[in-house]
Amino acid sequence: MVENRPFLTFLTHAFLILGFVIVALPVYVAIIASTHDVATLMSNTVPLWPGSHFIENYSEILTGASAANGLPNYSHMALNSLVMAVVITVGKITISILSAFAIVYFRFPFRQLAFWIIFVTLMLPVEVRIMPTYKIVADLGMLNSWAGLTIPLIASATATFLFRQFFMTVPDEMLEAARVDGAGPMKFFWDILLPLSRTNIGALCVILFIYGWVQYLWPMLVTTDPGYYTLMMGMKRMVTVQDGVIQWQLVMAGAVLAMLPPILLVIFMQRLFIRGLTETEK
Amino acid sequence: METKKTTFNNRLLPYLLLAPQLFITLVFFIWPAGQAVKSSFEREDPFGLSTSFVGLLHYQRLLVDPNYLDALIRTGVFAVAVTALSMLLGLAFAAAVDRLTRTGRIYTTLLVWPYAVAPVVAGVLWWFLFNSTTGLMPFVLERFGIDWDHDLNGTQAMILIIIAAAWKQISYNFLFFLAGLQSVPQSLMEAAAIDGSGPVKRFFTIALPLLSPTTFFLFIINVNYTMFDTFPIVDATTVGGPAQATTTLVYKVYQDGYLGLNIGSSSAQSVLLMLIVMVLTFVQFRYVERRVQY
Repeated sequence: MVENRPFLTFLTHAFLILGFVIVALPVYVAIIASTHDVATLMSNTVPLWPGSHFIENYSEILTGASAANGLPNYSHMALNSLVMAVVITVGKITISILSAFAIVYFRFPFRQLAFWIIFVTLMLPVEVRIMPTYKIVADLGMLNSWAGLTIPLIASATATFLFRQFFMTVPDEMLEAARVDGAGPMKFFWDILLPLSRTNIGALCVILFIYGWVQYLWPMLVTTDPGYYTLMMGMKRMVTVQDGVIQWQLVMAGAVLAMLPPILLVIFMQRLFIRGLTETEK
Repeated sequence: METKKTTFNNRLLPYLLLAPQLFITLVFFIWPAGQAVKSSFEREDPFGLSTSFVGLLHYQRLLVDPNYLDALIRTGVFAVAVTALSMLLGLAFAAAVDRLTRTGRIYTTLLVWPYAVAPVVAGVLWWFLFNSTTGLMPFVLERFGIDWDHDLNGTQAMILIIIAAAWKQISYNFLFFLAGLQSVPQSLMEAAAIDGSGPVKRFFTIALPLLSPTTFFLFIINVNYTMFDTFPIVDATTVGGPAQATTTLVYKVYQDGYLGLNIGSSSAQSVLLMLIVMVLTFVQFRYVERRVQY
């Protein structure tokens, strides 16, 4: 700080605390709502203080029947979300680090073309090619399968660019030394490049896990079998009950549990998270 | 494009290393995009037995279709509103945290987590907060004489999704603005302080101009986010209604194609969206220099 201005510092704190209160408001209300019973939430405005049904609601959502017809139980959907997020994270990192290795450490015909093909994926988000992508996955017989849920999401230009940029900063002497000692390309990759990339891989893990965990449109398109539903689809199903009332206390308990893993990841891995976010640019 | 000065000489290996990425990209990205372009020029008969080439018919229809033009304008309003709201708040929080030396980290932790909340969950949370029977906000707004019901009032439904979408994006903008502010040279700030300019003046005359690359980068990223990543917010809350008031371009592609099975028109809409993303990506990579560069 350049100069000491106690009043301005006080205002700064006041502004940030007020900002946090507003930003946290919807989550606070969700947590409160998940501790009340359905009668309280149906009749009047949501209370601002916790109720006495915390254990009841959370044990119902974790163990009991699902909150809407035709949904698998909550822990099953949570497991699906976890598998999907982990497979996408590992898959994206694996194929991206290999592509970046090829592009930086080899000279071969069509290298430029390969780079541009990877780049183009940035311009084609799922949202703009819903129907044809659905059709291809259907033609390949990948609807309602783990392969269909994860493989089409694994291509990643941003992760490839991140690794490419990092590899360019690795000193050339590393490669020369490795070659003098008789190491082949894959030995160099495993023993030198991979250990050096640890921090980047960690940062990407945080970002990509969140990316996989929050996927919504894609699982909705390619799965009709409730056995593959993820938490995000469960959320939608729980609030679109056709007849009867929305079980808000269970919806909110479900929402709180669905938010928890990625939020904890961001808070406890904050350094890696910020690094991953600011270095992948997107 | 550069490589290392020394490289490995294997012929086949680089292709093997690239194969998985290229295979997925070609099969699940480029091929479907090509299919979308192709079927945007075709009409399929109702039974899907034959297709005929119809040229630019679908495009011509779209560009005079009031529903499509409305969705286009609506998406523009949505994108600008979300971008402006989340960038202004992100900048304000970043400027505040940048002033603090010791407690800054704590506030950063308190402000970054909404990034990790799924769009669909963000939508449901705000939907509940604004729910007309039990929600907290309608109760408060009633005191000010505002009758809130986003199930009936299109403008209110739009405000709801703007708030939910902006809320999620504040932390992203905050982190980038904070990184930008923290790399403003301290010597400039000190020189200005010695010349007698206060913190507010320094912010507007030194920090803000130096942040312009960050601001431009974030503008592009936020427009991109609002257009394409907010689908779950709309789908879980307003479902495009009431009376199409929250049907964005992406949501319309989904409605017309996946739900309405109008492949030709949906494909033409996809192609137009691809053009928009291409322009945004091109601008991002061509004109946006490395973020913090003085």
